[in-house]
Amino acid sequence: MNDVAHDEHRRQLLREMLRIRRFEEKSAELYTQEKIRGFMHLYVGEEAVAVGTLQALDADDAVVSTYREHGHALVRGIPARAVMAEMYGRQEGCSRGRGGSMHIFDAATRFCGGNAIVGGGLPLAVGLALADKLQGRARVSACLFGDGAVAEGEFHESLNLAALWKLPVLFLCENNFYAMGTALARAQSQPDLHLKAASYALGAEVVDGMDVLAVEAATRRAAQAVRGGGGPYFLELRTYRFSAHSMFDAQLYRDKAEVEDWRRRDPIVLFERQLRAAGVLDDATLARMEAEIAAEIAAAVAFAEAGSWEPVEDLTRFVYSEGPAP
Amino acid sequence: MSTVTTTYREAIREAIREALRRDPRVFLMGEDVGAYGGCFAVSKGLLDEFGPERIRDTPLSESAFVGAGIGAALGGMRPIVEIMTVNFSLLALDQILNNAATLLHMSGGQFNVPLVIRMTTGGGRQLAAQHSHSLEGWYAHIPGLRVLAPATLEDARGMLWSALEDPDPVLIFEHALLYNQAGTLPADAGAVDIRRARVRRPGRDVSLITYGGSLPKTLEAAGRLAAEGIDAEVIDLRSLRPLDDATILASVAATRRAVIVDEGWRSGSLAAEISARIMENAFYELDAPVARVCSAEVPMPYARHLEQAALPQADTVIRVARGLVRGDG
Repeated sequence: MNDVAHDEHRRQLLREMLRIRRFEEKSAELYTQEKIRGFMHLYVGEEAVAVGTLQALDADDAVVSTYREHGHALVRGIPARAVMAEMYGRQEGCSRGRGGSMHIFDAATRFCGGNAIVGGGLPLAVGLALADKLQGRARVSACLFGDGAVAEGEFHESLNLAALWKLPVLFLCENNFYAMGTALARAQSQPDLHLKAASYALGAEVVDGMDVLAVEAATRRAAQAVRGGGGPYFLELRTYRFSAHSMFDAQLYRDKAEVEDWRRRDPIVLFERQLRAAGVLDDATLARMEAEIAAEIAAAVAFAEAGSWEPVEDLTRFVYSEGPAP
Repeated sequence: MSTVTTTYREAIREAIREALRRDPRVFLMGEDVGAYGGCFAVSKGLLDEFGPERIRDTPLSESAFVGAGIGAALGGMRPIVEIMTVNFSLLALDQILNNAATLLHMSGGQFNVPLVIRMTTGGGRQLAAQHSHSLEGWYAHIPGLRVLAPATLEDARGMLWSALEDPDPVLIFEHALLYNQAGTLPADAGAVDIRRARVRRPGRDVSLITYGGSLPKTLEAAGRLAAEGIDAEVIDLRSLRPLDDATILASVAATRRAVIVDEGWRSGSLAAEISARIMENAFYELDAPVARVCSAEVPMPYARHLEQAALPQADTVIRVARGLVRGDG
């Protein structure tokens, strides 16, 4: 990449992180207005992970995600309006309003769902990768999950199976140090999660998840190894969620000082400062970025507001397929 | 028409072999399906014929390999996943319910899961309380699944291919006592319809409604009832979800009496569901209350006399059916 392209790429990384941040801020506002209901989990603070990791994927790779997946969905290329309409429960939403915030699906980008069973997505990623291996396709199945999943049996079964069969799975552990309200140190005998993963004989490393360039670089290396037939790879991406676990969380389990410490490492603030210092970003560029993002989000909200409800007569559609197997 | 002598076990093996030959997307995966030849010897010899890529031994990780089957189905394959027994399938229940049965609806129709899961079910082999239960009724509770119970050689041979052609997840329950069932099949036996129940024995006096491992016992009961002058009709459900209401109701409308024979526990059972449907749809056709013969509500014991006491038996079916017909049960 030449310098100009490199600068543009870095601005693009910042833009994507900002896009997630503003989308989440708007989502919180809409939640308090009761436009969005159910459980909603915000990604504020963790933006560098989604933006950095998903750069490394190709269009025909697969993504398996969690219930905290708005950021993943946006970076993966699902239109913001389809995500917003989904959270409104509209049939124009990417899952026709059947899934809501926790279950964003999009076949076009091979986004195989926000899974709201902690650890439940890992075996799916293993199977997607097995299908690719059996069919001789050099695709990667990326699986995002949190530190909480590492305590689940499915984590251990899946890493073992993927390593045993040398499957092209990219395990991306978003370690935000809390499984809802349970601090990592209160749940894990070995809180260095990459060490736990490494015991399954696969490549495993820890990455500063607040540094988007570090995340991108590590994920590109890992994805290349996976795509080249080297078997699965595990990245522990250390990050922090600045917002509550969900919209019902009073955050009694963590100190305000700890949150403030992490906020000083805000991935967007840090990266913006870095780009300014490098002379790659100025006020006008940032203002233009913010304006474009605001317009995109406003359009997404308008789209969701103007959306329609799926007819109740369609309630039982897609319990089973409507046609024969493809 | 030429016929072949075979067993239930061999018929399933032949069905798997045919599927592997016909469709390169098909593979078999599970615990000890390869080198060991299958816990119940169903897949014996297939590893040599098809190789370890398609006859895939897994670690003892039910959740991961069932979930991997779901993922592989999403990725364009047609996996056959074998779980040793239905009791072990509970370790994969999260994947079966929260993913396989759910993804299509929750994704608004975008992600269907063309997966077949085979597992053994049922008691009678003195394997005690963690290898002997009949939990297929639980799975039949779940929308998004198709649940099959082959009870005959023809169905053992023919249901698998039909299940593989289904775009959605299909569970096939093989009763452990049926594997040695022997008989003949047409040499060209193949896929069967998986939507309808079958009348295995026509009769006028009482409908005995059953499936799977209870079918031989129920047919035996019907034979002995005939000797006392009671003409029992035997319905083999074959598909536990969806249920073929039309066949059940047509039979009950003609005989006006029904006994449901179900190896599951009585409370909240498949038998309870069928009974409710008969009550809802054929109440005024009935000459007697619907009766049920189910397993005793205990964990399945090891000792043979206790296990036999816990399971539905032909004697019980006869006593209950006689009571409905003659009012002297």
